[in-house]
Amino acid sequence: MTKQNTGERAYTLERDLQDFIASCRKREHPESFLITVLHKVQARCGYLSNEHMQEVAELLGVPASTVSGVATFYHFFRLKPQGKYMINFCLGTACYVRGAPLVVDAFREVLGIEVGETTKDCLFSLEATRCLGVCGLAPVAMINEEVYGKLTPTAIPGIIDTIRRREEA
Amino acid sequence: MDEEVERVGKILERYTTVQNETKERLAKLANERCIEIQIGDATCENAAGSQVARNEFEKLIEASGRKDIVIKKTGCTGRCSAEPIVGVLQRGRMPFKYQSVTAEKVRRIFTEHILGGQPVIDFLLDKKTKNKYRHQIAFFKNGAYTGQDVFDAAGRAASRLANAGVQKEEVKIGVSINPGLFIAHESLQYYMIIFPEEKARNTGSTSDADVTRYGVTKPADLDRIIDSHLLKGEAQPDLFAAADPLFDRYLKMYADIEFFNRQTRFTLRNSGIIDPENIDEYIFYDGFAAAARVLDGMSPQEVVEAVKKSGLRGRGGAGFLTGLKWEFAQKAATPKRFIICNADEGDPGAFMDRSTLEGDPFSIVEGMIIGAYATGASQGYCYIRAEYPLAIKRVEKAIEMARAQGFLGKNILGSDFSFDLEIRLGAGAFVCGEETALMHSIEGRRGQPRTRPPFPAASGLWGCPTTINNVETWANVPVIFLNGPEWFARLGSEKSKGTKVFALAGKVINTGLVEVPMGTTLREVIFDIGGGIPGGKVFKAVQTGGPSGGCIPESLIDTEVDYDSLAAIGSIMGSGGMIVVDEDSCMVDVAKYFLEFTMSESCGKCTPCREGTLRMYEILERITRGEARDGDIERLERLANLIKKTALCGLGQTAPNPVLSTLQHFRNEYELHVHSRRCPAKVCKKLIQYEVNPEKCIGCSACARACPTRCISGKPKTVHTIDAAKCIHCGECFTTCKFDAIRKN
Repeated sequence: MTKQNTGERAYTLERDLQDFIASCRKREHPESFLITVLHKVQARCGYLSNEHMQEVAELLGVPASTVSGVATFYHFFRLKPQGKYMINFCLGTACYVRGAPLVVDAFREVLGIEVGETTKDCLFSLEATRCLGVCGLAPVAMINEEVYGKLTPTAIPGIIDTIRRREEA
Repeated sequence: MDEEVERVGKILERYTTVQNETKERLAKLANERCIEIQIGDATCENAAGSQVARNEFEKLIEASGRKDIVIKKTGCTGRCSAEPIVGVLQRGRMPFKYQSVTAEKVRRIFTEHILGGQPVIDFLLDKKTKNKYRHQIAFFKNGAYTGQDVFDAAGRAASRLANAGVQKEEVKIGVSINPGLFIAHESLQYYMIIFPEEKARNTGSTSDADVTRYGVTKPADLDRIIDSHLLKGEAQPDLFAAADPLFDRYLKMYADIEFFNRQTRFTLRNSGIIDPENIDEYIFYDGFAAAARVLDGMSPQEVVEAVKKSGLRGRGGAGFLTGLKWEFAQKAATPKRFIICNADEGDPGAFMDRSTLEGDPFSIVEGMIIGAYATGASQGYCYIRAEYPLAIKRVEKAIEMARAQGFLGKNILGSDFSFDLEIRLGAGAFVCGEETALMHSIEGRRGQPRTRPPFPAASGLWGCPTTINNVETWANVPVIFLNGPEWFARLGSEKSKGTKVFALAGKVINTGLVEVPMGTTLREVIFDIGGGIPGGKVFKAVQTGGPSGGCIPESLIDTEVDYDSLAAIGSIMGSGGMIVVDEDSCMVDVAKYFLEFTMSESCGKCTPCREGTLRMYEILERITRGEARDGDIERLERLANLIKKTALCGLGQTAPNPVLSTLQHFRNEYELHVHSRRCPAKVCKKLIQYEVNPEKCIGCSACARACPTRCISGKPKTVHTIDAAKCIHCGECFTTCKFDAIRKN
C-alpha cells in the first residue's frame, strides 16, 4: 500500500531531509541516490526504522521492497536503535594478529554485553566493523567517529570509564 | 586547420598562467613565514593523537605572539608506528621531523627548537638526525645508471671531509637509493644537494639562501665539489644541476630517514608533503600540468597509446593493462560513457588508498580527467567506502576546488572538453570492490556481482561503456604524462611496470606505507624498510593480497614482488596489503580468520561461494577445536578447488586462496592439528594443554579459584596440579596466575 506523495501525508523525516530527497528525485537516475539518502537518514536518526524506509521509498519514488532490500544488504545500515556511543572494533587482519580478540573480550566484560548488543542505559553499543585502514596502529576501535589505536585489554576499562564520567558530569 | 594550430598551446598557456599565479601567491606567503610546523592530519595520525599536538602548538604560538610561525596540515607520510609526526620546516635547512609527539613533547619542541633554535634530539624520528651540523649533504643515487664505475659517493665525501679535518660529528649525509626518481638527470650518477653551511649559532631565523644542487658523473667532480664548495665556500657553477621538483622535495624531506630513502614514490609523491586541502600546493608541484598537456596537444587515441606504452597495470589486484581497458571503452559504440574510481578499499590490512585519498586527493581527480578525455566520458564517479569519513571529506573538497579553478566542469581550461565528478558512498559491503557489484551499488541497488562478459568497458553503468580503475591506478596516471611513458616503463620488472604501494602491518617494527619499484623482494620490504620482526621473534610468513591472497613462507622471502611472481607462488598482489606473521600465529587459525571474513561477506548470489565457504569454515573450525575427522584436510582441499573453479565473481573464486596457500606451505601445521591434536603456535585454545610449573608455583590458589570446572587442586602454599581429563582449555588459570607458573603445551 504505497501512498503517493500528495502533500497531505505527514512525514516524520525532517523538512531538509525531505527537500534533499526531492532534489534527488529531480535528477537523472533518482534511484541511484538511494544509498546516499539512507546514509543521511541514518546520520540524523541513528538508525533506519520501518517508517523511515517507507517514507524514503515514497519520497524518492522507488519501491519499498527495494529500500528494505538495500538497507538489509549493506552492513553499514542499522535497523535497530543504537547506544549513544557506538563502539566499532576493527576486524582487520593486522588487528587480528595483534590481539584484537582479547580487546573485544575486554569490551564485552567491561560493558557486560555481547557483540551486537546495547547496554541497558543505552550508552554503548558494541559492533564489529570491517577494516578501518588504521592497520599501523593495530588493534584499533572506533567510538563514534574517533579512532583509538594501539589498544590493549587493560586500556579498555579506562576508556569506558572516561566516557561514562563525561556523561555523568 | 589554422584554427587547430591556434588552439594548440592555448590550454597550456592558460595552465602556465594559473600555475605562475599560484607560485607567486605561495612565494609571498613563504616570505612572511619563518617556520612552518607541519602536522600530520589523517585518520591514522589523528588516532595517534595529532590533534592534541596541534592544539598545543596553537596555544603556544598564540602565547608567543609570533605571526611568522605557522601550522601546516599534511596527509600521512606512511610511517604509522611513529605517528603523530611533526615536521619543523625552515628554508635552507633539512627539515627536522619528530616522532610520537605528545603535548608534553610539543612544549619542549616549541621552547627549545622553535624559539631557541636547538632541536630536541631525543624526540627526532628514528633518532637519525643530530643536533648541529656544519655541513648537510644529501645524495641521490641514480639507479638507472648501470655504468661500471659507480662509486660510493657518500663514503668518498665523508672521508675527504675527514681528511681535511672536518669532524665526523659536524657532517650529516643523507643517501637515497631510489632508483626511479631521476627525470631530468638521466646521465648523472649522483644528484647532490648541499644545504647552506651552518656557521653561526642557530638562532631560528630563516636563511634566504636555498640549497645548491650538483650533478656528479665521476669521482673527480665530487672531489672538486667537496674541496671548493664545502671547504672553501666557492660554488662550482659548471657542475650545477637543474632542480627537479618531484625528487628535490622528497630528498629534502626524507633523505635522512632509512624507512623512506629506499622508497620510490609515484603514487604517494605528494602524501605527507602537500596540504591535501589546498589546491595551490598541488599546482605548485606541477599538479594538473599532465592534464593540461594532454588536453592541449594529444588526441584521445594518443593518450591511450601512451598509457599502453607505459605498461601501467590495474593496481586494484587483478593487474589488467590499464591502457587496454581504456582502449575498449574508447572504441565502444555508445556515445554516453562513464568512468569510475574504485575507492572501496575493502581488503583488511590495506590502507594505501585511504592514505592517498586523504593525503593527495587531487592526483586522483587529475588522473580521472585524463582518463575521461581518453575514453570520451563526460561524467565520473568516485565510489568511496563509508568507513573512511575523512577521505570522503577530502575528496569532496578537492572536487570543489578543482571545479572552482576550472579543472572540472564545462570546457576544462578553455578546451572543448567537459567533464565532472561526483562522489558516491559505499555502505559496508566488501563485495562492492568487485566492479560489477560496485556499479550496481552506484545505481542504488544491492551490491551483487553479475557474470562477465559483457565487461564494463562494453556495458557498465546504466548499460553504457564504463572504465573502472582503483585509486592507486588513477594516482599513477598523471605521473606517466608528466615524465613520459618510456620513463615510467623503465622502472619495475619485465611485465609489471612502475611502483606499488604496500601496506605493511602486523608483526613488523616499522608499520606503514611502503612504495617500491615492482620487482623489489619481500625481504627488502619487510626487513630493510620494515625493520624486521619486533621482540626478537622469528618471521613465519607474510600474507599478501588480503582475503583473496595467500601466505608466503620464509623460504620464498626472496621472491621479487610483481603480479606474476606472486601468482606463481599461490598468492596475489591484490591491493597491496602485506601482513607479517611471526611464530606466535597459527597458520590454520589465520586461514580460518580469512575464511570467516569471506564467508560473512559473501553476497549469497552463487551457491559455491555462499555454501562452499561455510562448509570450508566448518571443517576449519573442527580442525582448530581438535575435532577433526579423517580426511578433513583432503576434503578441505577438494572443496577449495571446486569453489575456485565455479564461483561467480572474483570474491568467491579467490576466497579459498588463504586456505590453499597455507595448505601448500604449512601443511605440517594442519597435520599436527588433525593427527596429534596439537597447535604448535599455541593459539587454538582447545588444543592447548595447561600444566603447572612446579618451580614457579607458590601455591596461592588463585588459579584454583578461577577455574570454572574446579580441576585444579593443591593445598595452600604447595604446588598445585591440573586434572587434564576435566580441563576445558579455557585458559582462565593462565591469565589469572601472577607468577607465570602455568605453562601452555
